[in-house]
Amino acid sequence: MAMDASEIERMIKEALPDAQVQIDDLRGDGDHYAATVTSSAFAGLSRVKQHQLVYAALKGRMGGQLHALALTTQTP
Amino acid sequence: MTDATVTDRIKQEVSDNDIVLFMKGTPVFPQCGFSAVVVQVLSHLDVKFKGIDVLADPSIRQGIKEFSDWPTIPQLYVKGEFVGGCDIVREMYQSGELQDLLKQQGIAYKDA
Repeated sequence: MAMDASEIERMIKEALPDAQVQIDDLRGDGDHYAATVTSSAFAGLSRVKQHQLVYAALKGRMGGQLHALALTTQTP
Repeated sequence: MTDATVTDRIKQEVSDNDIVLFMKGTPVFPQCGFSAVVVQVLSHLDVKFKGIDVLADPSIRQGIKEFSDWPTIPQLYVKGEFVGGCDIVREMYQSGELQDLLKQQGIAYKDA
């Protein structure tokens, strides 16, 4: 039940092509990550909507295969 | 799929209570660090809230994820509106937005 950081980044960029993604493996266990995602797609959206875009990019893995992803979203 | 009775229960809870936190564990004994963070923020602001332990009810645990279109627990509702999960609540508390939201909604809080 773990995911590679590179896989997380790949999935986010697939859905949000202009995104800059910074991922930290918080515990080195491949299961607790912090991600900062910067994308113009977030402009004008509430935080909830911004995070929902990222969760949608992860196609259901969030909350399942990926236990913990502390998320910060911002516009460029 | 979540059946209508679960959705109705969730709707009832978020309309009957000004602040509802869907969480793992209880406000006194949170069972997950992310839930504990939100409990801490709410306790620090000294606001009353209803904690709903999703670990005690798998149908609510699944139902709230679909209801909010949000994959994780905790989830905070204020006056029937979904505010966010742990990261958003913490960010909003630190920036003062959460306090502004409570003020707008006429909910008393203390900010030490």
